[in-house]
Amino acid sequence: MTNGSFSKAQTSKAQIGGWIRRHADVLMLAVVVALLPLALPNAYAYDIAINVGFNAAVCVGLNVLIGYAGQISLCHAAFFGLGAYASGVLTGRFDWPPLLALIVGAGAVGMVAWILARPVLRLKGHFLAMATMGVGMIIAIVLNTESWLTGGSDGLIVGEFSVLGFALQNERQWWWVTAILLVVVVAASRNLIDSPLGRALRALHGSEIGAAAAGIDTARVKTMVFVLSATLAAVVGSLYAHYAGMITPSRAGFMKSVELVTMVVFGGMASTFGAVFGATILTALPQLLTAFEDYETMILGGIMVGTMIFMPRGLLVTALASLRSWRRR
Amino acid sequence: MSSAFLQHLFSGLTIGAIYALAGLGFTIIYNASHVINFAQGEFIMIGAMSAVSLVGMGVPLAVAVPLAVGSAVLVGVAVARFAIMPARDASVVTLIIITIGTSIFLRGVAQVLWGKGYHALPSFSGDAPFILMGAALLPQSLWVLGAAFAVVISLGWFFGRTLFGKAMLATACNRFAAQLVGVRVSGVLLAAFALAAFMGAVGGVVMAPITFTSSDAGVSLGIKGFTAAVLGGLGSGVGAVVGGLVVGVAEAMSAGYLSSSYKEATAFVIILFTLFFMPYGLFGRPRAERV
Repeated sequence: MTNGSFSKAQTSKAQIGGWIRRHADVLMLAVVVALLPLALPNAYAYDIAINVGFNAAVCVGLNVLIGYAGQISLCHAAFFGLGAYASGVLTGRFDWPPLLALIVGAGAVGMVAWILARPVLRLKGHFLAMATMGVGMIIAIVLNTESWLTGGSDGLIVGEFSVLGFALQNERQWWWVTAILLVVVVAASRNLIDSPLGRALRALHGSEIGAAAAGIDTARVKTMVFVLSATLAAVVGSLYAHYAGMITPSRAGFMKSVELVTMVVFGGMASTFGAVFGATILTALPQLLTAFEDYETMILGGIMVGTMIFMPRGLLVTALASLRSWRRR
Repeated sequence: MSSAFLQHLFSGLTIGAIYALAGLGFTIIYNASHVINFAQGEFIMIGAMSAVSLVGMGVPLAVAVPLAVGSAVLVGVAVARFAIMPARDASVVTLIIITIGTSIFLRGVAQVLWGKGYHALPSFSGDAPFILMGAALLPQSLWVLGAAFAVVISLGWFFGRTLFGKAMLATACNRFAAQLVGVRVSGVLLAAFALAAFMGAVGGVVMAPITFTSSDAGVSLGIKGFTAAVLGGLGSGVGAVVGGLVVGVAEAMSAGYLSSSYKEATAFVIILFTLFFMPYGLFGRPRAERV
């Protein structure tokens, strides 16, 4: 008896150890974001950290689509923008509570993505890139033109985010929301990738016909990931709109979509932490290098081309791989 | 035909000729390398902006135009050599990001060199319009149409009659087989980028007196050119020309009769419609995916 319960305790201990080892990187991320406020000296630093968190959350979703499923999207900033505008319009013009507006906005964007998914994701490679770009551009043009609803190119003022009378007021509170969102998204993404759906995605990336022959409903799988990542972008967009206090159509534009894709590939495609890393560097760097503002476009383009030529697997993935091979030696 | 309709038709055909040249640029590069060059619009911009800045420095127009086109061709060759060739065998997603990155990089360089303002070239032969059945036709429009026509004709001669042109067609058909019979395929890639840059720059230069140009002008022109190439059926030269004219006219008509703020959306609607309902375009042939 005692023996049995002893071994049971041992198993559960081993299980906990295994669980911690399996999720070590997610736990480490949680610790980092929890301790980060100690290293943030002022509101400006918080602001950068919050924007990093927002971009990283969108990129983790986008990475599942681009990195794992191998489907490029040049319209995720448009989904982000739609979410932001849904929140802005519903709370500002119709006095909806922010949380309800966020959920309805995300749901609506998910619907839009679901309707678009079948015809768009049937396309491959260059054609897929072009179609998603067309979708994104049309959304941005509509947001820019329908100024009776969206305020046009001047943008839309968005009120604070509050739930049941409790409002998010300062950067510190916003950081906690962002940090929790990011950790949840990263954990969910890791979970998804290890699930049967994740395996299906990787099979799809290898060969679509091969995956279909192995019994994977490729259209359904692609649609699911597309809708999930679009919905996530919309949620983050809503939060961003409340945090920034305003939203302009340029946030939904083509260049923003390209920036998101760059963040994913710069850190490393098919690596959740690569996406977080890419978002961190490419969001924080322009803030810290404001002296080079005139050269920002040039540098962004140079980074895209340079990364793809010299480190096609991305900075973090390449660095980790070379670290591993160095250790083995 | 009402004079307003004719007016829209003229302006649509004029801008459509530029889209056709850009679309041909896409087609040539796609045929030579199966790369979609998202930086095609930047070649147009570089042609136009260098002509503007040369004229601004006091260089006579007749000298500035060939110099501007020449510099765009050099940029095209440099793009092929330093951005595309090192990543020859990369995946499609990688190549897409490389050409988008190249386009952003070139735009960034142009912003540093020339600022973000809008510029215009003087018209090549005056601004007094011809009146045709109540619609005005600018002399510069004739320059645009004439230049586009001349480029298309000489391109036809190049691919149909010269050895190098035929070598490029052979590479488009089957890269490996072309290599086996002694075609230098890397030279073909460089030539394709040079040709595409040449056509884009010619379009940019003749267009600059009508539409203002700026360092950001390349994005939208490039997209219209791509729309032309897709509508015509990617890989088909005739298709790109027809596609360009159709896109130009559709855009002018929707600006005239529907809404000028949604003029920019016309090309995207066309592109989505084409991709969803006739993915091989007007003149393209179906392809099969290999496992």
